[in-house]
Amino acid sequence: MIRIALAGNPNSGKTTLFNVLTGSNQYVGNWPGVTVEKKEGCLKGNKEIVIQDLPGIYSLSPYTPEEVVTRTYLIHEKPNAILNIVDASSLERNLYLTSQLLELDIPVVVALNMMDVVEKQNERIDLQELSKRLGCPVFGMSAANNDGIEAASKAVVRLVLENKKPIPSTFSEEVESALDQIEQLLPIQEQARWYAIKAFENDEKVFAELSLEDSVRGQISKIREQLETKLDDDSESIITDGRYNWVAKILRGVYEKPYKHAMTTSDKIDHFVTNRWLALPLFVIIMGLVYYLALSTVGTYMTDWVNDVFIAQWCQGGMRAFLESVHASDQVISLVVDGIIGGIGAPLGFVPQMAMIFLCLSFLEDCGYMSRIAFIMDRIFRRFGLSGKSFISFMVSTGCGVPGIMSARTIKDERDRRMTMIVTTSMPCGAKLPVISLFAGAIFGNDGGWWIAWATYVFGIIAIILSALVLKHTKMFAGESSPFIMELPAYHLPKMKNVLRQTWQRCWHFLKKAGTILFVCCVITWALVSYGFGPDGFGLVQEVDQSLLAAIGSFIAPIFTPLGWGNWQATAAGLSGFVAKEQIVSTIGVLANVADDTGLDPQLWQAVGVMFPSAAAAMSFLLFNLLDAPCLGAISTLAKEMNSHKWTAFAIGWQMFYAYSISLVVYQLWTWFATGMFGLWTIIAIGVVTFYLFMIVKPMNKVSPKQATK
Amino acid sequence: MMLNMTLKELKPGDRARVTRINCQGALKRRIMDMGVTKGVELLVRKLAPLGDPMEINLRGYELTIRKQECEAIEVEMIERKGKRS
Repeated sequence: MIRIALAGNPNSGKTTLFNVLTGSNQYVGNWPGVTVEKKEGCLKGNKEIVIQDLPGIYSLSPYTPEEVVTRTYLIHEKPNAILNIVDASSLERNLYLTSQLLELDIPVVVALNMMDVVEKQNERIDLQELSKRLGCPVFGMSAANNDGIEAASKAVVRLVLENKKPIPSTFSEEVESALDQIEQLLPIQEQARWYAIKAFENDEKVFAELSLEDSVRGQISKIREQLETKLDDDSESIITDGRYNWVAKILRGVYEKPYKHAMTTSDKIDHFVTNRWLALPLFVIIMGLVYYLALSTVGTYMTDWVNDVFIAQWCQGGMRAFLESVHASDQVISLVVDGIIGGIGAPLGFVPQMAMIFLCLSFLEDCGYMSRIAFIMDRIFRRFGLSGKSFISFMVSTGCGVPGIMSARTIKDERDRRMTMIVTTSMPCGAKLPVISLFAGAIFGNDGGWWIAWATYVFGIIAIILSALVLKHTKMFAGESSPFIMELPAYHLPKMKNVLRQTWQRCWHFLKKAGTILFVCCVITWALVSYGFGPDGFGLVQEVDQSLLAAIGSFIAPIFTPLGWGNWQATAAGLSGFVAKEQIVSTIGVLANVADDTGLDPQLWQAVGVMFPSAAAAMSFLLFNLLDAPCLGAISTLAKEMNSHKWTAFAIGWQMFYAYSISLVVYQLWTWFATGMFGLWTIIAIGVVTFYLFMIVKPMNKVSPKQATK
Repeated sequence: MMLNMTLKELKPGDRARVTRINCQGALKRRIMDMGVTKGVELLVRKLAPLGDPMEINLRGYELTIRKQECEAIEVEMIERKGKRS
């Protein structure tokens, strides 16, 4: 078996290439750090060749998790070859990584990606000469256009068979002689140059691995210190400088670019998108447009059709007629028509709306707008202990919380990353959309629509800010914010194929969930609603009030009485949201018995009206379900990413507390203003508001000097 | 004689050369890994709408960096917006 590793800078197109090579469908976007884990796949048409997609990195330094993952893989699992993807439109910075890859004693093929962009800008790269100077094969290609990929992948395989080792990059004479001396001291044969450089750089991780004798370490330190004094710089900087000098030397005469280049298209777009005055309004308008498209126009026509015609008439009507024609018992008809089709159908109707949101988000992610949002928003979010990069997580969470939590990995600082993961699921994700839609309709009637959904989006951001502000004032999250250094990739027009594929994948994931988890849940919910302890003992019950679900719901319901929805139906619906948020709508659907009527929505609206005596209660229920702990899928991702039981427990605990307290405040104060009812819980709600205000206003915790120097 | 100044003090449109990086450890490594090394030329593109972070162009790509980190990067001016110095 041959193993080939794809390595390169973030956003250089590794995943696009990986998808082409393996024929798989990995997630691609145009912001640095889309791939946060390594992934494997077989080369299309050849099971013997395994392609490994590694996270994008700028360097093999020991400081960030992605870099450590990549270098550990390259050093210890020694792939047979490295396919180094280089973004030809920023050669210098990309070849800096190449200079490090060439030291690993593993055959390297350099693939210059995005050659189409380079040609468009009238830049010229002499591939032959570059190949000669780098001492390894170089190919030009365009992964997005599927151009030149085959030549590159064939070259890699050939290279593996020849096992031709690359020629490492060179430093100045002084540095080379120091590295030689260190290499002599190290008790290893393989990859000795890489280890020597790392030892010179004083890389603690490498020293721990080598477990050298003290005397040897002392000698290495002496060599390092001598050169540091001589060159008046620290060893890491000497090496970094050396590498960039080497790259400059390599590129001299090989890479030509028109001296005064005209404004590129990216520059022109940025002129507006990150404009001082236009940037923020533009962002608000773009997000408004996304929701308008999804919830008011295209998405809604489709959703209405799915609800009224497809599910109500065709599925439910047809199935009922069929079952009656075969003389099925009422019980079976009830299970199939009310329980299963009614339950699954309720959230399924919202798929077209979700698809529109996914489509818009895929487009925004792919074109390069995400990194601009990070750039625009950084100043705002830094105050709350988050960075512009956190905002990318929030945007992704608007689609789904799972990739949202994962994308927090690009945040280098542990504290910022945890905070981002804790707050990011407050964003209204695709699965919450049905819930929002339903409640917007029920509370505000027909003309609620898109602006309510958009308002929940804004509310999500505000909720995140408040949550982050409070957390920031605790001891756990105190301290300076971490640095924000990020590449702004050039805009490109997304490939329609790519956008549609991503949209389809996300919708498909949702449909699969509807067919599996939701199906089981609907059957269970139906059973819990239909069976119970009636007057004749356990069995089918006529009144839902006697059902098992009523019994369970009633037991828990008092907890939610202060929030205005302490009845068993609402409690049961809320609890079912932990399986998947859209299950809330399902449960309401089953409870409302939306059987043989046309027009699913008004029926569900009535059901909501019965469950929630006031608009305040309905609103409090909606807010609770927007802010509380996410669905099981997101929770398990959170647990994996936190990698700590303590932090996972804290995150869920905080989310529950936060959701509860915000809903409490909204319900109690709303009721107080609307009806003048004032009670113990009103006082508690005011207490909560005071507590939050105090947390925000009180001075930040001082960082102890010990922490500060760390 | 050129006065010592930091990247933070530059205005959009200014062109400068890096002379020194005044920080340590992971931050310094990260800044240098991104290509901000001694002697490199850079152009300040713009500031974000709220005045921070800064967008600079160097080595043929766009980099965004907060003013706080810019303070650690010493530069010498090559060209002020519009005129050579």
